Amino acid sequence: MRLMSPTLGWSALLVLALAFPYLSGNDYHLTVMSTAYIYAIATVGLNLITGYTGQFNLAHSGFMAVGAYTVGILTVDHGVPFWVAFALSGVVAAVIGLFVGLVSLRLKSHFFSIFTLCVGYIMFLLIEKWESLTHGTVGIVGIPAPTAVGPIDFTEARPQYYLVLFFLVASLWIMHRIVHSLLGRTFVAIRNGDHLAQALGINLMRNKLLAFMLSVFFAGLAGGLYAGYVRFLGPGIASVEHTFDMTMYMLVGGIGTLLGPLLGAIAVPWLTQYLQVLQDYRFVVFGPLLVILVIFVPHGVVGSWLRWRRRKAASEVRPPVVEVATHA
Amino acid sequence: MELFLQQVLNGLTLGGVYSLVALGLTLVYGILHVPNFAHGAFYMAGAFVGFYGISSLGLNYWVAMAGAAAAVALIAVLSERLVFHPLRNAPYLHHMIASIGILLFLEAGAQALWGADFHRMETPYTAILDFAGLSLPAQRILIIVAAFVLVGLLQLFLKKTIMGATIVAMAQNRDGAALVGIDARRVAMLTFAISGALAGMAAVLYAPINLVYTSMGNLVITKAFVIIVLGGMGSVPGAIAGGLIIGFAEAFGAFYISTDYKDIIAFALLVVILSFRPEGLFSKGAH
Repeated sequence: MRLMSPTLGWSALLVLALAFPYLSGNDYHLTVMSTAYIYAIATVGLNLITGYTGQFNLAHSGFMAVGAYTVGILTVDHGVPFWVAFALSGVVAAVIGLFVGLVSLRLKSHFFSIFTLCVGYIMFLLIEKWESLTHGTVGIVGIPAPTAVGPIDFTEARPQYYLVLFFLVASLWIMHRIVHSLLGRTFVAIRNGDHLAQALGINLMRNKLLAFMLSVFFAGLAGGLYAGYVRFLGPGIASVEHTFDMTMYMLVGGIGTLLGPLLGAIAVPWLTQYLQVLQDYRFVVFGPLLVILVIFVPHGVVGSWLRWRRRKAASEVRPPVVEVATHA
Repeated sequence: MELFLQQVLNGLTLGGVYSLVALGLTLVYGILHVPNFAHGAFYMAGAFVGFYGISSLGLNYWVAMAGAAAAVALIAVLSERLVFHPLRNAPYLHHMIASIGILLFLEAGAQALWGADFHRMETPYTAILDFAGLSLPAQRILIIVAAFVLVGLLQLFLKKTIMGATIVAMAQNRDGAALVGIDARRVAMLTFAISGALAGMAAVLYAPINLVYTSMGNLVITKAFVIIVLGGMGSVPGAIAGGLIIGFAEAFGAFYISTDYKDIIAFALLVVILSFRPEGLFSKGAH
């Protein structure tokens, strides 16, 4: 008995997302939603390396900043057309990811996280101090909006929303293809035990590096979208707090699931919107929430639901299993 | 020559503070194998408690420091009881996320209580001593002396007392320690208390020549991580040596290379070292 097949569920979500601009009252809601989608793309990327491959990358917002500044610097200082710069945003992040990954992925567990924390700081400090390239603390202002594609002009809130939605859907589809392929299963094998994975003939370094580059590619892409959407950049985007935010999205929804990070990335910002009073102090609530989640609901909303369904499915086929057990 | 000696002084000041913070971090890592990302928030909390004690309650500097040490020790023990203990069998990822939760909570809490502004902490030691052509601010001398005294006391405690020996034993071999009857829970609480107290005192020592603000712990904790990776995770002498190395590297880097990029030096050092020795500079074998 399946009330909701995955395809049906995803289609329902897509219809809702497509209808959202017509259901929501004002442009402000669209802005909140579009920003949430951008961070969702980055979070989906973080989930690939952390949730599926088991390496907690704390430099993720740094890579998002790399993508954003790629667009910002190229369009404002060098007059490169938006779409060319945008196409480069993910690529530049992935190339830097290659070099960072080559060094950092040789380190295990905590060491990898500590190392990437430091890499994130280096990125942040470089953006803040390298004024001739990044405009330092002043930031980059006047980034052009995405240039019109055919008749669609991206200066209005609604087309922008659909643009971001398009990339979110594309990202999720690609991620779906990745995690359900042999490659995705390889990543999960590495997460579950790298010695065992190695014994199965999996090349650890090559696969981890691939997961890392793919993951930061999404971060860079999200950064490129962010630059075109917000049209102003400051060093703050690289700060580790944003990685912490994305970690929370991932954890609330369900780490290592496809739907979880998406739900988290959309639900948490909306929750924050309604807790306006808490805007600056939101972590007084979210900090302990994070701890409580990790202790009591470590699989998040989606993960727990999937587990509950799996257990139910298992209990339905139990009788023969029990019989075998009594014979043994 | 005088300029050089001035940098030595700066290096010792920074190194002393870094060593104190890194020691707390490395002790906790030795016992629980948890990289406590909240340690920087402990440091920040110590500075705010000290600041509150001095400016609002009008306490004496040393009383405020003792208060900060006690308050942060309490926060640290509470986090061990409420957060790290329930997670003792969870995968390592969960510890890290939970410690980030504590960090975010403490930062937001300090901001809610004291605002996002930068504060100045008053110190009774504002004199500048002159010695052989060097100008020595009293607070810096105080930091250096206090840091060395604290490190010495900690060494004595770990080496000469039963309680300290239980910490060392547990860091060396958890199961072995349990077999000879060492109560793991007590040791964990004790370690967190010491780690918190050290962070609190380091903060009150350093805050008068810096500023007090909610994100003040971030850079310090990241550098403390660099230090304990350098010195070997869990190693006490490594944390002291690493603290001094980073302190000197920064003082001399700021002077001879660039003040703008002085904060990057520590991280660049880490990147270089880990590129060649993924297991850290002084670590021996298994973690």
